[in-house]
Amino acid sequence: MTPDRGASASRRARLGAGFARLAAEYGMLGVLLLLCAFFSVVTLREQQPDGAAAAAAVAARIAREAPQATIVIVPRPGEEGGRFAAALAARRPGSGRLVMLRCDSPAALRDGLARIPASEAGGPEPVIATTADYAPTVRGVLAALPAAAGTRVIVPPSYRWPTFLLVENLRNVANQIAVIAIVAIGMTIVIITAGIDLSVGSLIAFAAVAVAWLIGRFGGQAASPAAMLLAGALAVLLCGGVGAFSGLMITRFGVPPFIATLGMMQVASGVAYIVSRGRPIYEIPASFVALGRGVDPWLGIPHAVVLMLALYAAAHLVMSRTALGRHVYAVGGNPEAARLAGVRVKGVLMFAYALCGALAGLGGVVTASQLRSGAPTYGLMYELYVIAAVVVGGTSLSGGEGRILGTLIGAFIIAVIQNGMNLTNVESYTQKVVLGLVILGAVLLDRLKQRDWRRLSAGARGEAGS
Amino acid sequence: MTGVAGATVLRLTGLAKAFPGVQALREATLEVRSGEVHALVGENGAGKSTLLRIVTGAHAADRGVVELDGVARRFAGPRDARRRGVAAIYQELSLVPALSARANLFLGVERRRGLWLDEAVERREAAAALARVGAACDVEAPVRDLSVAAQQLVEIARALRADARLLILDEPTAALTPRESARLLALLGELRARGLAILFVSHRLDEVLRIADRVTVMRDGATLGTWAAAGLSRRTLIERMVGRPLGEEYPKAAAARGAPRLEARDLRGGPVRGVSFTVRAGEVLGIAGLAGAGRTETARLVFGADRRAGGTLLVDGRPVDVRSPRDAIRHGVCLLTEDRKGQGLVLGLSARDNFALPNLARWSRRGWIDGARENAAFLRHVEALDIRIASPRQRAGDLSGGNQQKLLVARWLESDSRVLIFDEPTRGIDVGARHEMYLLINALAARGKAIVMISSDLPEALGMSDRIVVMHAGRIAGEIADMAGATQERVMELATGGGATGPRPGGERVN
Repeated sequence: MTPDRGASASRRARLGAGFARLAAEYGMLGVLLLLCAFFSVVTLREQQPDGAAAAAAVAARIAREAPQATIVIVPRPGEEGGRFAAALAARRPGSGRLVMLRCDSPAALRDGLARIPASEAGGPEPVIATTADYAPTVRGVLAALPAAAGTRVIVPPSYRWPTFLLVENLRNVANQIAVIAIVAIGMTIVIITAGIDLSVGSLIAFAAVAVAWLIGRFGGQAASPAAMLLAGALAVLLCGGVGAFSGLMITRFGVPPFIATLGMMQVASGVAYIVSRGRPIYEIPASFVALGRGVDPWLGIPHAVVLMLALYAAAHLVMSRTALGRHVYAVGGNPEAARLAGVRVKGVLMFAYALCGALAGLGGVVTASQLRSGAPTYGLMYELYVIAAVVVGGTSLSGGEGRILGTLIGAFIIAVIQNGMNLTNVESYTQKVVLGLVILGAVLLDRLKQRDWRRLSAGARGEAGS
Repeated sequence: MTGVAGATVLRLTGLAKAFPGVQALREATLEVRSGEVHALVGENGAGKSTLLRIVTGAHAADRGVVELDGVARRFAGPRDARRRGVAAIYQELSLVPALSARANLFLGVERRRGLWLDEAVERREAAAALARVGAACDVEAPVRDLSVAAQQLVEIARALRADARLLILDEPTAALTPRESARLLALLGELRARGLAILFVSHRLDEVLRIADRVTVMRDGATLGTWAAAGLSRRTLIERMVGRPLGEEYPKAAAARGAPRLEARDLRGGPVRGVSFTVRAGEVLGIAGLAGAGRTETARLVFGADRRAGGTLLVDGRPVDVRSPRDAIRHGVCLLTEDRKGQGLVLGLSARDNFALPNLARWSRRGWIDGARENAAFLRHVEALDIRIASPRQRAGDLSGGNQQKLLVARWLESDSRVLIFDEPTRGIDVGARHEMYLLINALAARGKAIVMISSDLPEALGMSDRIVVMHAGRIAGEIADMAGATQERVMELATGGGATGPRPGGERVN
């Protein structure tokens, strides 16, 4: 091999190694995007606009097709129909008269529709505006009224769009994953220290019961926002304390993390049942759901999701930019070498378990807020979903390596698969099987990809050398 | 040493092999005959391990030919190679620790009668196989209860049972006592007489020259040539390995001595039963002694790695309270452990992160690391100490032993250590890098650092120290202050209990 070819070979090798790193760091992101693309294609459907969007489309049609006619707005009973009616009325389509016909039953609808032609004799034919999902009912009623049989019904035009990519659905996915993703931050850190925390599922239930119970003590339905905040903070702190206790068992007495947290899993679950007497606690003010169900006023992003994103940003910075973060990796990679380099190994482990407990507690508070209740049955099996998110996200169970943002991607992969299967009507038992296989597949894929890159880049150099 | 120079068993021609980022093997050509012991020597990273892995089927060569008994082969894997008569014994033995010697010998080739194991036959054959290699061990005891030497013999017995024609040994004596090593070398002589081809890799050149018929030297991924061992001296061998004429083997330079930097008074704890010593600025204090004398334990007490039962420490004349490595580091005392991979480095982290581990506070503001300053500090040391790395992000585990040691020195220099305790500073480091290490120790002493050097390599301890204390049974047995008159015999006399048993014959490593 001439020196020149050697240089080009080593350049190729470096390029290969660079690609391998890129693939390892962002491979799971690719999987996530592929999954999104897949579910977008299979859920491509005719979509009927609803609410304000439907009102805009109907208004445009009226302006084009019946600008002078009397418009009879017939919204579907319920909240969404009300929004449609209000938005349409606000737009004042055409120049004709507007008649609002809100009917809660088909009978009332028939009476209402029966009166319209009579009142408008001589003028231009009245037009009925409604949404696509209500149009069959309206047409059915019209057909039974000989006087009104010819009345036009204007509905917003449908369009083709994946159900998966509807804003409501995406918001749904994000909301569903928020709790698991928040808890997975702590789990990632614990797993990087070469540990595990099995108690997070129980701590979610424990925190949900604790926050509900505390709000009950602070006035129940009449509790003030400050009291709710205090209750939430106390629940999080309590769970942090439980995590710290696990940490103490692990660092002080050398109990293996698996066993220590398995014990705390039972204890926390048991205490949640005792405190709640096995029943959900509902005495919570309606405003408490702001954390779990509220959305921000500008982009409509749920508060839980904003909280999740903020926590991920903070955790990412701590793990990559602070001494504490480095120490976590060092302790997971080689605790003895870390200790001999002056790292407070026990302190780092205490931090990891206390934080993991506290974040599980926060997950529990968010759950309680989403469901406006606290019950000891919450969070069942969540430890496994959380660990799955961490592992799918590329963190090694043997410790010392892993990335916070990888876990976020892992959590989304799991949520997208679950959501996609719901949208495509896959049975829930089948969903379990698929999810299990996906977790195995993701890890396997990661392994294969790393090995493949090694072989590929080696092959490229063999060629250059011969 | 004579061998029956027989037919060529193994012939390697023009082997090359690359891994991502490194051309591990460029051009390796080698021939091993039956009835010869063929030694393969070279510095770490010269390509010996890669060559062995290709011969044993663990890696496939990018190009070049492997011929076994004159037939070109491409092994599908280690099993394939073993089936064709190539047996390898690595430093990390490949026995199942919980299984007995018998079960290990017959692993995968169990003797059966119908569905059931035929234990009687196995036991008889196992006993015979072990007797052939001179292993006097219980065939039914779990191998984890056997000494390393006995385990090695079990592996050799297994290789012979599988009709190996070529026996490959990678650093077989690294973990053995001098007596065990002598016995193993004698066994290799016997196996050679029976017509086996033996290829062995060793860093112990005296041993190579004693047992080998021919020696092949590797450097920078290529074989340099093969020479008859009879015509070689240790010095010429080293010069061929490092590729330049060898200067003084121990380039000791005396530095100006200053005030006492570290004083240990009556240290106790574990096997250490009252140790006192003083090291001055600019001084290299050697600590010699046999394994188990408490040298490493003394160092760990000073560094706060183990709990101290008694005694006081003074750094620069002031008493210091050291309860943890953290405290020691704060007072400018550091320990470079013998086991760099197990205790010194976090192998999975990058070179830079390992360097930075105890020093992060230096470049942090309110807990946030200033990456640019960290990187700059690292690169400054990389240049000053000539640490050879591909990039700051290279995994510490992928560095050579010498560079790992330098990385640790850089780490402790950055944290302003004034006392550096080296435990076996050159163990596992090859000849060329060893010389660099000595120069580095000289330079550190010249900068006013106090150096404590624990060494089992007597010529090294004698060649590089300003003063030697010898430990025996947890105490200081004596001190040699006049290096001009110091001899290995004198050190051994003290190490074995003040001359009561007399100096031990032979063997330059005492462990």
